[in-house]
Amino acid sequence: MKLLKLVPDHTNIHFLKWRVPFYAISLLLIAASWGLVLTKGLNLGVDFVGGQMIRVTFVGKPDAPVASMRDEIAALGYGDPIIQRFGQPNEASIRMKLPEGSDERPDLANTMSQRITSALKTAHPEVRIDGVDSVSGKVSGELFQTGLLSLLFAMIAISIYIWVRFEWQFGVGGLFALFHDVSLTLGMFALTQLEFDLNIVAAILTIIGYSLNDTIVIYDRIRENLKKFRKMPLPELLDLSVNETLARTVMTSLTVLIALIPLLLFGPASLFGLTAAITLGIFVGTYSSIYMAAPLLIWFGVRSDSFVPTDTGRDQAERTARGEA
Amino acid sequence: MLDFPRWKQIWLWSLIIVVSLAALPSLASLTGVRWPQSLPSPTINLGLDLAGGSHILLEADARQIASQRLETMEEAVRSVMRQASPAIRIGDVSTKDRRLSFMVDSASDVDRARELLLPLVNGQGLRREWTLNVVDETRFVLVPTQEGLDAALDQAMDSAKDVIDRRINAIGTLEPTIIRQGDDRIVVQAPGQQDPEALKALIGQTAKLEFKLVDETALPSDVQAGNAPPGSQIFPYAEGTPFAGGKLAVRRLGGIKGDSLTNAQATVNPQTNENVVTIQFDQQGAAKFARLTTQNVNKPFAIILDNKILSAPNINEPIRGGTAQISGSFTAESANQLAIALRSGALPVDLKVIEERTVGPDLGADSIRSGMIAMGIGTGLVLLLMLVTYGRFGFYADMALVLNVLMILGIMAVLNTTLTLPGIAGFVLTIGAAVDANVLINERIREERHRGRRVVQAVEVGYTEASRAIFDANITNVIAAVLLFLFGQGPVKGFAVVLVIGVVTSVFTAVTITRMWVAGYLRRARPTDLHI
Repeated sequence: MKLLKLVPDHTNIHFLKWRVPFYAISLLLIAASWGLVLTKGLNLGVDFVGGQMIRVTFVGKPDAPVASMRDEIAALGYGDPIIQRFGQPNEASIRMKLPEGSDERPDLANTMSQRITSALKTAHPEVRIDGVDSVSGKVSGELFQTGLLSLLFAMIAISIYIWVRFEWQFGVGGLFALFHDVSLTLGMFALTQLEFDLNIVAAILTIIGYSLNDTIVIYDRIRENLKKFRKMPLPELLDLSVNETLARTVMTSLTVLIALIPLLLFGPASLFGLTAAITLGIFVGTYSSIYMAAPLLIWFGVRSDSFVPTDTGRDQAERTARGEA
Repeated sequence: MLDFPRWKQIWLWSLIIVVSLAALPSLASLTGVRWPQSLPSPTINLGLDLAGGSHILLEADARQIASQRLETMEEAVRSVMRQASPAIRIGDVSTKDRRLSFMVDSASDVDRARELLLPLVNGQGLRREWTLNVVDETRFVLVPTQEGLDAALDQAMDSAKDVIDRRINAIGTLEPTIIRQGDDRIVVQAPGQQDPEALKALIGQTAKLEFKLVDETALPSDVQAGNAPPGSQIFPYAEGTPFAGGKLAVRRLGGIKGDSLTNAQATVNPQTNENVVTIQFDQQGAAKFARLTTQNVNKPFAIILDNKILSAPNINEPIRGGTAQISGSFTAESANQLAIALRSGALPVDLKVIEERTVGPDLGADSIRSGMIAMGIGTGLVLLLMLVTYGRFGFYADMALVLNVLMILGIMAVLNTTLTLPGIAGFVLTIGAAVDANVLINERIREERHRGRRVVQAVEVGYTEASRAIFDANITNVIAAVLLFLFGQGPVKGFAVVLVIGVVTSVFTAVTITRMWVAGYLRRARPTDLHI
């Protein structure tokens, strides 16, 4: 049996030749993403702005009566709901933001959802309430804060880790690649107006972990080659390292993607945002590892004597990972 | 590399077998196969988003505790001053600005009053509950200390948790989780709960029951305008009662509180065919109730629940047996709910629902099914890709992946962790990433072979060199997942747990276990070339 080879042996692509145009493109994309986030804004879900999200199924009906639902809910006087198709044609999601001045009444979100569900049940006896998420202004504020903090802490903690294990240039390079990935993901959410909720924070943290995974594999090879070829010019050495790890990069991205795509196509509707974010992150993360994280090292002036030539990597933890303990 | 001692092989294999066995009950229940009851069955908990159920976050109003303490203190002060011999007359009592102040009529009583107050202001142990000051010679000012307020809130939350516990247990068949969160919050999680509204109504009801005499001197127009005569207070009628929208003035003092109940049952009044709640007082309460009704025959008294009037019937005759009926336009269901709430005791503080997440059981089942299908397809494709790319080494990686899935399920079952919807996504991601370690190793072995290393050496170097990258890369994932766990809420926590377990088990299976197999193959077959 002939084995499949995704990347031919002795591949030698001059990735770094294009680093300046790619940097320009990346910076443009980052700027565009933040521009979108700041102008269009993120479509924040009830987790972060409070209010409720109610999912309903009209059992035995072909379609959800969106127009009449909108009227019935608007008649309650809390404002207009956002009603969307959710999965099958007879399923819908109803979103309702908290009215102004609801800070004084922590239980308002809950009262609202109670009145909306009972109004729907009265008007449509066949309606089935599949789920209710109702979050008060206070809780949503806290969720937003902790979500933001966890992103920030993750980026800092991971960068410190790389700094300690490699050199400061690598830490900064990794951090920049992370910033790139997070920015583009946020930009995607601003562009598509997909709902941005707690699950998406989880997705972004996962992207951070994945992208770093990629970056570190390349960095690890760079470190190794720096020790091996002490006279090689840095751009050439970076190209060599990226090429040597390319087969792995392509293969791993592919396996993660083929695991994710069925989830995107056949998975539950409520997971779509999460899966879409991670899928995008795989592309963005792979790109940033090659075109952001590695070339940055040139500008930061990594040299072969940045590393003590002794075997720094062999500590106890690694041996445990290899199962030698 | 080839040297894999027998004891180590045995140890690894037994670990694999034990952990995989632990996964079987969960695997059976997720795929709908019946697991024999006689066998031990550690299963993964399904999160509320998969099993259906309610998550309710309740918050107490700390200000209410503070004002309750002021009220209680006012009553205590009045009563010690009255009971002193000779009684100390006080006046100008005020509870404004969250402190209690009053004047003693004669300056000569100040020292005596202070003596009487000291035991009231010092709480249990070393804690000081109030600070006591005398200003302008005869004015006493009592200010609650923060320490005392915190302790009171803490106590109230503890007993609120007990009350909720009793109420939910009274409906039976649920396996609820009720935990305190932070200083002033309680989380209730009830899996499989079909009717979250009923659950919330039951939990949220304070169930503070009071019997107070109606103030018949109050002018109806004043009452409607909300102006109570001195010594009285105004309560609205509860929604759903015949006088809803109306108000009534009742006397502040001399009533009976519902905390001396021994039992409450929903019954039907045979004469009126009305749903009522029959309550039973303890001995002390019965005596008080008898005294109140004897002294006030032919006068109306108000039955007040959570500061709303249910009804205000006339006292036709003294009630001596310690049994009373509460009427208030109940349905059979609402009467039963009130009975449960009264039996379990009143909540010491109002609790408001500030977050609610419920998932219907049908949606949960749908999510599991589609999640499982997606997982199956994804895993199948990954297995195939590894096989056609790396041949024998891909097969080892595939075996490691299957083991990895079993180990994750097994560890989750043993640790009794919860699988949530995002957890399924975490699972899929783990499957995709788990093969990364083997990809790294196998690519490295290919590379070393191209450089002309001999078989055993190439494998040896492949594992050693790849391990460093694998270790560094996975640590960053663990860091991200730990932060997710620390800061995440609900389902996101579930995602993080799966991710952490997945990273650890995938490194173990992909590196250690495949190495054992590869070493076994090299020893057995002594190949001169590798098909990789």
